[in-house]
Amino acid sequence: MKQLITPRMDQCIGCQSCSLACARLVYKKISWNTAGIRIHSSGGLSTGFVANKCLACDPPPCAEVCPTGAYLERPGGGVVVKKSLCIQCGKCLEACPVDAIYQDSMGDVFVCIHCGLCVSFCPQNCLEMIDSSRIEEVLI
Amino acid sequence: MIRQEFRILLIDASVGRGKIVLLDGLNEVAGGSGLAALLYVKYGQPALPWDDEAQPLIFAIGPLTGFFPLMSKMVCSFKSNYHGEYTESHAGGRAALSLRFADLDALVLVGKAKQLSCLSLGKNHIELKDASFLRGTDAESSGKLIRRMFKVGSGHRSIMRIGPAGEVGSAMACINVDTYRHFGRMGGGAAMGVKNIKAIVIHGDSDFNLPSGKDYPGLYKEVYSQVTSTDMMKKYHNLGTPENLKGLNDISSLPWRNLQQTSDPGIETITGKSFADQTLLRNGACSGCPVGCIHIGFIREKMAADNRYHYHQVAYDYEPIFAAGTMLGVTNSFDILRILDVMEKVGLDAMSGGVALGWATEATEQGFISERETLVPLAFGDAVAYQQAARHLGRGSNDFYRLLGQGTLKAAAVYGGGEFGCVLGQEMAGYATGELFFAAQTLGFRHSHLDTGAYSYDQKNSEKDVARAVDFLIADEPGRAFLTSMVGCLFARSVYNEEKLAECLGSVGFDTLSGSIPEVAEHIRALRWKVRAQTGFDPDNFSIPKRFYEVKTWKGGVDKNYLDNLKKEYGRRIQTIIGGS
Repeated sequence: MKQLITPRMDQCIGCQSCSLACARLVYKKISWNTAGIRIHSSGGLSTGFVANKCLACDPPPCAEVCPTGAYLERPGGGVVVKKSLCIQCGKCLEACPVDAIYQDSMGDVFVCIHCGLCVSFCPQNCLEMIDSSRIEEVLI
Repeated sequence: MIRQEFRILLIDASVGRGKIVLLDGLNEVAGGSGLAALLYVKYGQPALPWDDEAQPLIFAIGPLTGFFPLMSKMVCSFKSNYHGEYTESHAGGRAALSLRFADLDALVLVGKAKQLSCLSLGKNHIELKDASFLRGTDAESSGKLIRRMFKVGSGHRSIMRIGPAGEVGSAMACINVDTYRHFGRMGGGAAMGVKNIKAIVIHGDSDFNLPSGKDYPGLYKEVYSQVTSTDMMKKYHNLGTPENLKGLNDISSLPWRNLQQTSDPGIETITGKSFADQTLLRNGACSGCPVGCIHIGFIREKMAADNRYHYHQVAYDYEPIFAAGTMLGVTNSFDILRILDVMEKVGLDAMSGGVALGWATEATEQGFISERETLVPLAFGDAVAYQQAARHLGRGSNDFYRLLGQGTLKAAAVYGGGEFGCVLGQEMAGYATGELFFAAQTLGFRHSHLDTGAYSYDQKNSEKDVARAVDFLIADEPGRAFLTSMVGCLFARSVYNEEKLAECLGSVGFDTLSGSIPEVAEHIRALRWKVRAQTGFDPDNFSIPKRFYEVKTWKGGVDKNYLDNLKKEYGRRIQTIIGGS
């Protein structure tokens, strides 16, 4: 099963095209928050950027604490999301060790579903879809 | 479309309170430049001086901000202390998207804070914090401290701040936006400083539903593909704007040593390629722009006899290299970055500052001023002296520098040397391309090389047809005014033609605007000029110094008669626009 990785964030220029594309085309929102990948500067723009996204834990702690089955374990890591089952309790946010899940003011939660749509929207080739079994190290 | 009217936050800095105003007029002024002018009509005080507490400082974005790539800029408008008239300045960074995601189309600041303060705002908060301890703090250190003062929102916020130049009221003071971008020209930093506002932090923390209808997703993907696959991407992405340095030098159109020359062999060490090969550390982008034209160089300083070094990052572009490089006869790329680094810190507009120091150097050579005024001996090519002088100019160290900071010709009026002040409405941009550019910058709305494509026209046309040339300026302006009302980056104008903008506006629900672009563009152009006229604009307020008549370009010497006629006719046409119904 493939998953999204961010192996070349040193090349990131902070355009946030990946976040904006995910919000627009996956989550149907105009936003840079309600997306599965969110880009942040790390202490000012002179210090580079980090990608805030699901690292595809296997098994995923967010799915383990989800009381309704809205987050289900995804083969190879990460979660499959059944939005209609979500009661907006926020347990998944608390369980995520890397702050990869975003909850908006209406209570909806947003996480990377490893669809890979953002990859083609990165002008710097920072992102990649790769089979889970081939991942050697976590880079953010 | 988020809503059919503008949503404005009006802040009274004297009390630190604001109110939300819903304002009609979207189909008439669109946003950005048009909205800023409309807001000056509503909140401005044309008859009062620039520093009156009632004057508004306006920040506006457009109807496509947040929806499409390269709709990544913000318009700042105010009554300028440079010429006492209404003006605009534009900047990128994260400012535009931050304001969009704070669910605002514009921010209007009136009043004056009781002490130096920082304003923080977002979807659900407004806070004015005492920042007296930041007085005199440079723009870089201010940024670090402001990040500590306001901890939330890193990565999804914009920090706009001024340096000491803005605090002392320099007409060359910029507003630094997110470290590497600026509202540079016409003294925006002073307009902010006079309100006792050191910084504005905008946290974009809201979101909106996708536009209804099927058109938007496909069009967004199409535009993204266009901006990342055309030559535009390559041009601004690769060497960036400095690529033009060598080309303009080769056609004798690059100002050198206070415009005493238009070409010099010294270009070889400061071409775009040279900067990229030697100094380029990394690239950056404004939020929402995959082109990523920001080029950030490095300077490495040895701080002790042993191998102890520190380094600094400095953004560069064509114009700053011209102003701190060729105009000052400095031909070492690292030295140019060192001068720019000082200008960044003091919050000085690099273009204005460099050109002003070019004049000061020639004025020194000709004996109009001496070290008594300049505090350091100025000589073309002396980068160390220019670093010190830039600091003095930004901080207003003495009467001379305070006066020079109000404008080169204001200093020349006292000390002499006005005939070689390189001022075209404001300190010149880096294009000695010929008569049309000189006339166009002198009378352009922002006195910017981007008001019209005059510098490009000069490079392609050698005949002296006043009517045809001025027709070009008049025809070129509305399209640019409309794009800066969206607010798109002018680098994207080849993609965002009228047809594409109509499609984009239609896809997000602005059907009326989509179908009336030419009329709205003309209306915005006229409105901006009328607002400016109310604050005192008259073409006769602006003259062209003798130096520009002595320039030799690829076309030969400047034709005085042609230049004078261009200025006269362009002024007449602008007056016709102002007088129109």
